Amino acid sequence: MALKIVKGSIDRMFDKNLQDLVRGIRNHKEDEAKYISTCIDEIKQELKQDNIAVKANAVCKLTYLQMLGYDVSWAAFNIVEVMSSSKFTFKRIGYLAASQCFHEGTDVIMLTTNQIRKDLSSPNQYDTGVALTGLSCFVTPDLARDLANDIMTLMSHTKPYIRKKAVLIMYKVFLKYPESLRPAFPRLKEKLEDPDPGVQSAAVNVICELARRNPKNYLSLAPLFFKLMTSSTNNWVLIKIIKLFGALTPLEPRLGKKLIEPLTNLIHSTSAMSLLYECVNTVIAVLISLSSGMPNHSASIQLCVQKLRILIEDSDQNCEPSVNACMKYLGLLAMSKILKTHPKSVQSHKDLILQCLDDKDESIRLRALDLLYGMVSKKNLMEIVKKLMLHVDKAEGTTYRDELLTKIIDICSQSNYQYITNFEWYISILVELTRLEGTRHGHLIASQMLDVAIRVKAIRGFAVAQMATLLDNAHLLTGNTQRNGICEVLYAAAWICGEFSEHLEDPKQTLEAMLRPKVATLPGHIQAVYVQNAAKLFATVLRSQESTPDTTAAQETSQLMIDRLPLFVQSANLEVQERASCILQLVKYIQKLQQKEVEVAEEVTALFAGELNPVAPKAQKKVPIPDGLDLDAWINEPPSESESEDEKPKAVFAKEEPKHTRSRHSEVDEKELARRREARKQEQANNPFYIKASPSSQKVYQDTPGVEHIPVVQIDLSVPLKVPGMPLSDQYLKMEEDRRQKEKDEKKKKEKKRKREKRARGRHVDSGPESEEDITPAHHVDIVTEEMPENALPSDEDEKDPNDPHKALDIDLDKPLTDSEKLPTRTHRSADVLKSPGGDGDGVSITGEPKKKTRKEKKEKKKAKDKERMRSAEDKKTKKKHKHDPEEEEANIHEVVTLVKADETQSTEPLPPSVSAGASDLDFWLTSDAAPSGIQEAVAATNTEMPTDADLGEVKDMEPEEMKSKHKKKKLKKEKEEMEKKKKKKRHHHHRSDRGEAESVQNGTMEEDDEEPLPPMSNYCLLAENAYVKMVYDIQGNLQDGSQVVVSIIFQNMSSSFLKSMEFNVLDSLNSKLQRPEGATPHDGLTVPFQLPPGVSNEARFVFSVQSIVMPQKLKGTLTFIVKSDDSSTHEKLDFKLHFTCTSYLITTPCYSDAYAKLLESGELKSSSLKLEGVTMPFHHLLARICFHHHFSVVERIDSCASMYSRSIQGHHVCLLVKTAAETVSIDAKCDELMLLENVLEEIKQTFSQS
Amino acid sequence: MIKAILIFNNHGKPRLIRFYQYFAEDMQQQIIRETFHLVSKRDDNVCNFLEGGSLIGGSDYKLIYRHYATLYFVFCVDSSESELGILDLIQVFVETLDKCFENVCELDLIFHMDKVHYILQEVVMGGMVLETNMNEIVAQVEMQNRMEKSEGGLSAAPARAVSAVKNMNLPEIPRNINIGDINIKVPSLSPF
Repeated sequence: MALKIVKGSIDRMFDKNLQDLVRGIRNHKEDEAKYISTCIDEIKQELKQDNIAVKANAVCKLTYLQMLGYDVSWAAFNIVEVMSSSKFTFKRIGYLAASQCFHEGTDVIMLTTNQIRKDLSSPNQYDTGVALTGLSCFVTPDLARDLANDIMTLMSHTKPYIRKKAVLIMYKVFLKYPESLRPAFPRLKEKLEDPDPGVQSAAVNVICELARRNPKNYLSLAPLFFKLMTSSTNNWVLIKIIKLFGALTPLEPRLGKKLIEPLTNLIHSTSAMSLLYECVNTVIAVLISLSSGMPNHSASIQLCVQKLRILIEDSDQNCEPSVNACMKYLGLLAMSKILKTHPKSVQSHKDLILQCLDDKDESIRLRALDLLYGMVSKKNLMEIVKKLMLHVDKAEGTTYRDELLTKIIDICSQSNYQYITNFEWYISILVELTRLEGTRHGHLIASQMLDVAIRVKAIRGFAVAQMATLLDNAHLLTGNTQRNGICEVLYAAAWICGEFSEHLEDPKQTLEAMLRPKVATLPGHIQAVYVQNAAKLFATVLRSQESTPDTTAAQETSQLMIDRLPLFVQSANLEVQERASCILQLVKYIQKLQQKEVEVAEEVTALFAGELNPVAPKAQKKVPIPDGLDLDAWINEPPSESESEDEKPKAVFAKEEPKHTRSRHSEVDEKELARRREARKQEQANNPFYIKASPSSQKVYQDTPGVEHIPVVQIDLSVPLKVPGMPLSDQYLKMEEDRRQKEKDEKKKKEKKRKREKRARGRHVDSGPESEEDITPAHHVDIVTEEMPENALPSDEDEKDPNDPHKALDIDLDKPLTDSEKLPTRTHRSADVLKSPGGDGDGVSITGEPKKKTRKEKKEKKKAKDKERMRSAEDKKTKKKHKHDPEEEEANIHEVVTLVKADETQSTEPLPPSVSAGASDLDFWLTSDAAPSGIQEAVAATNTEMPTDADLGEVKDMEPEEMKSKHKKKKLKKEKEEMEKKKKKKRHHHHRSDRGEAESVQNGTMEEDDEEPLPPMSNYCLLAENAYVKMVYDIQGNLQDGSQVVVSIIFQNMSSSFLKSMEFNVLDSLNSKLQRPEGATPHDGLTVPFQLPPGVSNEARFVFSVQSIVMPQKLKGTLTFIVKSDDSSTHEKLDFKLHFTCTSYLITTPCYSDAYAKLLESGELKSSSLKLEGVTMPFHHLLARICFHHHFSVVERIDSCASMYSRSIQGHHVCLLVKTAAETVSIDAKCDELMLLENVLEEIKQTFSQS
Repeated sequence: MIKAILIFNNHGKPRLIRFYQYFAEDMQQQIIRETFHLVSKRDDNVCNFLEGGSLIGGSDYKLIYRHYATLYFVFCVDSSESELGILDLIQVFVETLDKCFENVCELDLIFHMDKVHYILQEVVMGGMVLETNMNEIVAQVEMQNRMEKSEGGLSAAPARAVSAVKNMNLPEIPRNINIGDINIKVPSLSPF
């Protein structure tokens, strides 16, 4: 044994170590690969030895070879061996090698669990450290699950060195094992205040990384981070925190206000450029979040942009040039952030951005290009593109030039060609781009040509002419083999010329161009298109020639085809060959007919009749699965798995089985089959991809009139299309300028005329400086929207990456932990543990708490159910679509309500109190300025008065006996609410506002019968309106759930077109959130579940969850919809602001006078008061108004004095004592939440100041 | 998050590669080649940020690099990292190397790749920045080296290789990476 060891160490003397290996490789530059392969052989020998030192040395060398690109995974087991060595030196080598080459697919990783656990608990801190470092690189879900608890323990290790590593690695554990986030989070939060700055920094690092993906879950940490920001001196930590705040401010504008001051202080005090820059960046984010909607802040944005300009423009002579370049880059980067929300502020610096395009630094040029994308408008598009075209000519590197090319196309085509006013110009730009040499983006240009020609019907004539020229000059594009990429445009050119051949000036010439022998050198797929479209052209030519008396011309054309096509029949490309031989035979037959003097043109044209429609790229995915189709169901019974073919070959041929299955299927019964057939037909009719057999089915495309009906633009052909010495597009630029000038002049003239006539017109025309909207397109252009299947699913899920590990980390961290969520711990083997090796708690948990896995499943099930529900509702809708009798309408409303309700019930599990507590803490922190004192005296003062009134209360009967419905509007509303009531049967207490009003009349002493009738009132107020749609809304609290309000919105179609695909979206705030179906992100809108025919209105309800109700709030939102008229459809949107008043959180609740008295006596209420002057309305009107608009009920009324009561959805009591004397109304009020009370009073005041 | 740290020389020869996301070996080599191609054609006085190596990540990722004498230090990071912060971090890393190797040069990196890794492990862990205080980093590295020494080290004759290296006749490579003259005025994060 001893001898063996001695021998081993002698051998070792001759082993190469890492340095020898490196030197050897450097000395064998000629035959490096060979040398390395001998080295690998040596290493393999070394790994076979027992001596761990030898093995470690070998593994060390392998790590080096891995860097050179050699796969060393074959040594994975040896690496594990070295990792488990007791010596630190070897262990470190092992872990290093493992961290370089282990990954989730490495199977030996599962052998390491216990070794790593042992190392983690080693008394030597460096053993632990090395294990943590290694683990951070190769942690797998299994390792994460098994070791999470051990690592969590290490977070409280005595040594800060271990603590910081343990904290940091937790992020990796969370990613791999999301269930660990909630149990570990409290400790992680604790580490934010660790005495050691390194540990603190690590914790900040982890939380910032987590919060970056799901910021809203971390808003409650804002006060803590704020404290850190003002106390920490570690720049790295500060940078991280400030970046995090930048991500949080958009969610909570109030946070921004708090941040401005400390950030400004930092900007002034720090000397670190990196910190300074991040501060500026976050200030920008704050300003953006504050200024959205508020014009007065745009001045500060302007200032920011100005400062950034200085950063970009100036170069500090004292600095390294590269530092100046860095600042320039970052300045542009920051500008692009502003651009997203305040394009106007940045647009004025167009000159600077264009200048940056000349920079020698490609990074800066690319940044500038990016900015340009967002800066274009109708006005400057042509100019900007012209500049870019100049750069395209100048650019030397092909990569940058290609980048320019794609940017030009991106800029022009963005948001559905929104900024293009002249499509002729765009086509000529595309044509000019084809002259680029060696670009890779031929297909991009081609697809743009196709898209424009198909979707902009008006431009087809022009496009076809241009494409014909391209085809004619095809030799220019194909002449050079280097230009291969660009020949793709010929594909587009040939197709456009063929498909829209009726627009061709001289189809015969184009046909000839397409049949040139040179074409055979093009790639196969292009040739195929050539052949096919030659046939289309042939049809057109025939038609024009047959209409003339001379028949020889037609025959000549056929002869031309017959002469040229054989070339393609011989093509090596199958597609070309097949099409060519098909068409050749066809033409031969036509020729025969022609010789018999038969007119064939009509029939030939019929071959290519019909129009192709653009289809949205995602259309296929969005086709909903029809009812009754189960994609998972077997079409034929699967052969039973137990019997394989080898074992029982006879069984396959046995007659029994197939018979059995067949008979089973026939049992499905004829009715079912007929139903399915019907469903399939329905589906096919809606499916744009389904090619129908009968020509009549073309009628399905209702909005595509035949070719004859295409509005052909009158192109003034007297304008020469080519001007020598001047590129085509430039000319358009000039023309466009002239045109705009002319238009402007005309407009001015009109304006003057109008003024002279002084006729008030409905439409207001802006006579100020030329604005975006003033620029009218050169032609009437109608951009066809891409088709979608009729009842496409409103899912945006396809945009999310299902593999994003961060999605799983979107977890509510404020909820208290449940028992089932404890991290699996390693215990001594007990019976329980044996049952559940993973420690997942399957079958172990006694509490019966839902376990993670099952919860997930449930979620999925719910989702599926929900989808189904949505689908069925939608299906019903489509069936009903065109009927509008009131009953139907009501049923629709009904459905809407159920839909929303369904969402509500399943997406809101009752929140534990701590959530709202946490949120209100934050609210408190954010609004901590308002804390008035000295209320007590006021309370005492009013206390004496109120009870006396209440004492006199006799009115007990709160239920109104007679309901005089006075106004039709109210009646309608009542019906709706009745419906709502049916749905919420438990809502006994919910008194409807109109009833409250009735009460007020009745509850009073009822003396005068001569009281004037109440004026009509409606709680629905205007939300927004434009030419297409008008929205009015009302907000009602939900008594059952203290955190919900229901917003009812009536959509009214004001236009003469059909409105469809309405999508309602709101920018959530921290406090109020739109309840979206599970799985939707906060940016997803909700589809309004109906369509609106002209003049029709319909109501939809949306549920919002609110946390704090003491303050009113405004939420910004957008309604997007498609306006569909007979011949076109456009996308429109309407912005609105939802105003959640504090009143809307109040619910009319009756109160007995003795209870009322007790409440006031309790002394827990804070008080406030309000005086209204100049109120002329009768007192009962006043009360009715308060009842109706502010959801109060009258407890008691004596002469000109009344006590009123209401309750908030979160159970706050609000009491009013209203007194009136000589046009002055004084309201004394009490409530357990002062802020709420003051806001309600403010709102009451507003109600009366308006009238 | 840092996705990868690459160190290669003016000819694109890798001196240290550290990926924090798994890529197969041939992919790693391709990434190195692409990155080298992107970085090497840039002037020394243009900015230190580069967008989008197409292989490593796409649009959310940036290459942030510094060029010291014969070596490029390239960090591939996502948008959660501050650009200038990472530049400073590279500086800290190189200064640490300089302290640990006493006037570091490319040769040190070539022959002691493992040691460079160990130093890096004290700066960045699993793609996240672990420590930015140079003194703390150096202290931890030295403690571990001392431990290794007390165990007798990896090879029985550690001096042998070192002397061999010193005596080798190598083409003139600037001996000193010379952090002094880089002296970039991206103010160093002094309180690290």
